[in-house]
Amino acid sequence: MNPFDGFIAALQLLFSVNPRIIEITLRSLFVSGSAAIIAALWGIPLATLIAMRDFRGKFLVRTVFNSLIGMPTVALGFLLFLAFSRETGPLGFLRLLYTPTAIIIGEAILITPIIVSLAITAIEAVDPEIADLAKTLGASESQASFAVLREALGGILLAGVSSFNRAIGELGIAQFVGGFIFGQTELLTTGIWVELQIGNPETSIALTVILLTLVFAINLLLNLVRRRRG
Amino acid sequence: MSAVTVVRNLTKTFGNRKVLDAVDLEVLDGEILALLGPNGSGKTTLLKILASILRPSDGEVHFDGVRVTDENVEKMRMQSSLVFQRTVMFSASVHDNVAYGLRMRRVSRGEVDERVARVLKLVKLEGFEKRSARKLSGGEQQRVALARALALNTRLLLLDEPTANLDPKNAGIVEEVIATANRELKTTVVLATHNMFQARSLPHRIALISDGRISEVGSPGEVFGRLSKALASFAVLDNTFSGIARVGEDGVTVVDVGGGVQLEAAEGRVGEVRVLVSPTDIIVSRGPVSSSARNVIRGRVTEMRDLGGVVWLRVDVGRVFTVQITKSSFVGLGLGLGGEVFLVFKASSVQFL
Repeated sequence: MNPFDGFIAALQLLFSVNPRIIEITLRSLFVSGSAAIIAALWGIPLATLIAMRDFRGKFLVRTVFNSLIGMPTVALGFLLFLAFSRETGPLGFLRLLYTPTAIIIGEAILITPIIVSLAITAIEAVDPEIADLAKTLGASESQASFAVLREALGGILLAGVSSFNRAIGELGIAQFVGGFIFGQTELLTTGIWVELQIGNPETSIALTVILLTLVFAINLLLNLVRRRRG
Repeated sequence: MSAVTVVRNLTKTFGNRKVLDAVDLEVLDGEILALLGPNGSGKTTLLKILASILRPSDGEVHFDGVRVTDENVEKMRMQSSLVFQRTVMFSASVHDNVAYGLRMRRVSRGEVDERVARVLKLVKLEGFEKRSARKLSGGEQQRVALARALALNTRLLLLDEPTANLDPKNAGIVEEVIATANRELKTTVVLATHNMFQARSLPHRIALISDGRISEVGSPGEVFGRLSKALASFAVLDNTFSGIARVGEDGVTVVDVGGGVQLEAAEGRVGEVRVLVSPTDIIVSRGPVSSSARNVIRGRVTEMRDLGGVVWLRVDVGRVFTVQITKSSFVGLGLGLGGEVFLVFKASSVQFL
């Protein structure tokens, strides 16, 4: 099949509203969205602490998080596979291997350095007098921190979306701890790879188009929100 | 008059640097107190401690008789509001900026809207509610900052160089609002400034601050009347000039202060000197007058400020002099900007510092 025929076949597949394609897409959104939310829940408070406090070793902590941004997904996926292995892994008793939950945990770990590093940068870019301003208007320490976070919201949204993009586009963790179990752990990235291996390039192309469209649409939405906020 | 805030033996250090050194100060209920001092003298640090957003290294701050402690500092913060020298705006509308402190105090939405509208009217920014605060001019932003503080109706209003870098129109509005808040809302005001004009016209009392220490406290008349070395040490003091003194042909001391201006002084001095001529010692005339005064200098009026009973003029004679005359003299002389005048003062009015 030449690429053009494959693309036409993929479009036909897309517009035929194939339930399996829809299921894979929704599962990918759910898994990556959950990972991004979990990473944000622990990453943003951590970033706030690091950005707003001075402590010994702050530079080292920032350097570690910056370095981990480029963590190879295959390496992390393999380590998690060893950890979740049912017979020998220390976390094998949780029986999470080859489940969406394992992928969510793996992706959340993968993207935490991204969200922490970008959120630190966004918070540190806020006018340092904002916290004092909030306090002189009657805010408590936590309310003043929240005021700073509000000012950094554009950058924090960017951190969240970048993390989501990294999660939805990664393959290594999804392959190692998710596999490609029909109806259970199929994702867009693993689907692109597996469908090509089993001779369904039009399905791979359709999944690729969906993946790229999702990434573009989410970034477009982010930019619209940021422009609206001025 | 009772004290709203009392500061005792207040010290603040940052690392090894002592920014405030054993400061004692009382802020009296209903007054406007100016902290007058050069940049870096500790004014901002003192204001931040009074605002309870910075804790002192040592000493005590009492507000209405209650000592500010680590435990009650967030509660005490509600008693005052501080307007920073560098205007800081939340990235929100003018309304939301002004409403921030009210929301922190859990004021009802209806009252928030009513108070925001009232203070925006006071600072002459009616109709600005929905505009983005960060897109306003510097002067308008400073007025929003003032409105944001006034909306809280706190007993103590703290202002850090409120008219620095403002054009005369915006500076005039800000000063008018400060005076109105003090007069009509009975707000006690502490104002940090290095602007001598402002220090003379707005406050009831002045505290001179230099190198983290308060050296003098008194009414503007007392502080400026004493012409102390502490006051003269501020580079911006009016009519203070450095120059070279020599003995003239008739035995009179002549001080060359630059700009082609030579002043005759009664006291005998030679060499590098620093001299001061009190603005109240200078007579202004439209033409050269024949008198016993040794100094008669021609110049042009560059700035005029009506302070009610008196008018302050800045006159460029080669160096800029500040002169105080009565309102009736000002009217009688028919002075205007750019007009030619003569400054007349005695040799004994030239004081060596």
